[in-house]
Amino acid sequence: MIELKQISKRYQMGGDIIHALDHVDLTVQDREFVAIIGPSGSGKSTLMNIVGCLDYADEGEYFLDGEDVSELSSRELARIRNKKIGFVFQQFNLLGKLTAYENVELPLIYQGISMSERRELTEQALERVGLKDRMKHKPKELSGGQQQRVAIARALSTRPTLILADEPTGNLDSKSGYDIMQMLHELHQQGNSIMLITHDEKVSMEAQRRLAIYDGKVFPVEADLPEEVLNA
Amino acid sequence: MKIIQAFKMAFKAIASNKMRSFLTMLGIIIGVLSFTVMVGIVQGSTQTLTDSMSNLDPNMITTRMMGRRTATLTMEEIEDLRGKGSVNLTAPLISTTLTAKAGVNTHSTTVEGTTDGYDQIRGLEIAEGRFLTESDVQNRTSVAIVGVTVADELFGQRDVIGETINIDGRKYQIVGIFAEKGSSMGVSQDDHIVIPFTLAQRTFRNTNISQFYANATTENDVAAAVETIEAFMLEKTGNEDHFNVQSQEATLETMNTMVSTMTLLTGFIASISLLVGGIGIMNIMLVSVSERTREIGIRKAIGAQRLDIMLQFIIEAVVLSLMGGLIGLGLSAVVRYVVIPNIPASLMGENGSLTMVISGSVLTMSLMFSVVIGVIFGTYPALKASKLLPIEALRYE
Repeated sequence: MIELKQISKRYQMGGDIIHALDHVDLTVQDREFVAIIGPSGSGKSTLMNIVGCLDYADEGEYFLDGEDVSELSSRELARIRNKKIGFVFQQFNLLGKLTAYENVELPLIYQGISMSERRELTEQALERVGLKDRMKHKPKELSGGQQQRVAIARALSTRPTLILADEPTGNLDSKSGYDIMQMLHELHQQGNSIMLITHDEKVSMEAQRRLAIYDGKVFPVEADLPEEVLNA
Repeated sequence: MKIIQAFKMAFKAIASNKMRSFLTMLGIIIGVLSFTVMVGIVQGSTQTLTDSMSNLDPNMITTRMMGRRTATLTMEEIEDLRGKGSVNLTAPLISTTLTAKAGVNTHSTTVEGTTDGYDQIRGLEIAEGRFLTESDVQNRTSVAIVGVTVADELFGQRDVIGETINIDGRKYQIVGIFAEKGSSMGVSQDDHIVIPFTLAQRTFRNTNISQFYANATTENDVAAAVETIEAFMLEKTGNEDHFNVQSQEATLETMNTMVSTMTLLTGFIASISLLVGGIGIMNIMLVSVSERTREIGIRKAIGAQRLDIMLQFIIEAVVLSLMGGLIGLGLSAVVRYVVIPNIPASLMGENGSLTMVISGSVLTMSLMFSVVIGVIFGTYPALKASKLLPIEALRYE
């Protein structure tokens, strides 16, 4: 379960201070599929970085499965990213020199588990995204949709509770995008919490619950949105 | 487990940019090559040198006249030193190069004039016959003791006792032949003729004794014997700058000091090129870290610890420099076994020789050097990589 309490993050840009996140309260239950919708510059990437333990908040508290993450060292944050969170990025972020298999295996190597166990988990993850026959290929030799599926397999290999997907369909054609969304639904049904970050109204419709982010503030979509959010 | 993976990653990174990796290694290759070859040649020469020194008696003391001649020594004075204090035997030496003849054969060689006892002091072995006696010297008997080279050149055989040779118009009867000694430092030890001192003085038209040899009664008395001779020489010349008394032991020590200084110096010079190679590795690793910023970000996002990233880059640097070190060692083996044996003799001069030793200590030292250089020069780039913030690194294009 994710619990953000009064989380703020500010950036200094030139002479101005930008409130990327402005006292955000947010709760995501286990096994929930939440979409965060917002235009670029709204603070949604900052939110994802903080939820994904890639960045610290300036203020507020963040509890991940009851653990106060804001107090943890960078070492422990790395452990949490490794075990509890699976990232799926817009640009896939696969390592170009490694094969699909090696990319999926990487987080397991950082867990320090044995080779035979790694092989089993890696092959399972690749099988779930339907790319077991392509595991010897390098990202360059795969289509965009296939690359994103490898990225999903990498996110799955450690069996995390939370999948963080940042514009997972942003770089894909509509058919591949559709496939990826189906895959996220499947993962959701199998018990993962999913946090989907997007600027696309249509994509966000897939989620159980929708939240909008604008100027560093988070609103439920069902509520009356400010004019700017709806037009964004 | 993680270490094995880190090594695999390092090999992958090195293999993915072969040209650059090779150029980076080149610094270490040249460094290790020059280190092993230079130190190896110094050690090789040292070995030849100490081999040739080892058959010398440590008791031996050499006295030389130096600078302007203010006083002259006589054979009698040197003989009188025998038995004084800890001095055992003494023998003057004068020598020059002359042509010896036997029948139609001629041979130019070193002719040495000395007295009895010289063979014992210098550790010369007589293979057959005898050395000079006191009466040979007193009576100016025309006898000679020859080295094997002289026998080979003049007679074509070594059974030469009783034969006659002609030196500078005087006939000498051969009474002894020295045991074969081989060459030392490229100089043959078998190409000489020894005749009585008194005859040599006449033949060479030289009455000045510029050096003489002595030995101490026992090895422990060498210092005392040196003192006795020094006191005698000081009294004789009145100036301690006009002579030099040195024991074989002291000569060996001087040489050892010289050799270790040489080894140190060559080692130092070669380490400079190793250092330069190390800087090359650091340079490339820094480039590699900034090129791979995004990769580092991704690795961190999926759970790599700072230590994992650090280890990855340090191991890459160590593997690079260790591979360079191994190639360098391989090349120095090529120099040792292929290049040096095939250097044409004409390049090295008569009797010249070049020996190179690849000792275990040099081997381990150069490999250790490579690893240490990899660690030292890999640490800073690795630290830089490990300190990157995951979000900054992910944002990097």
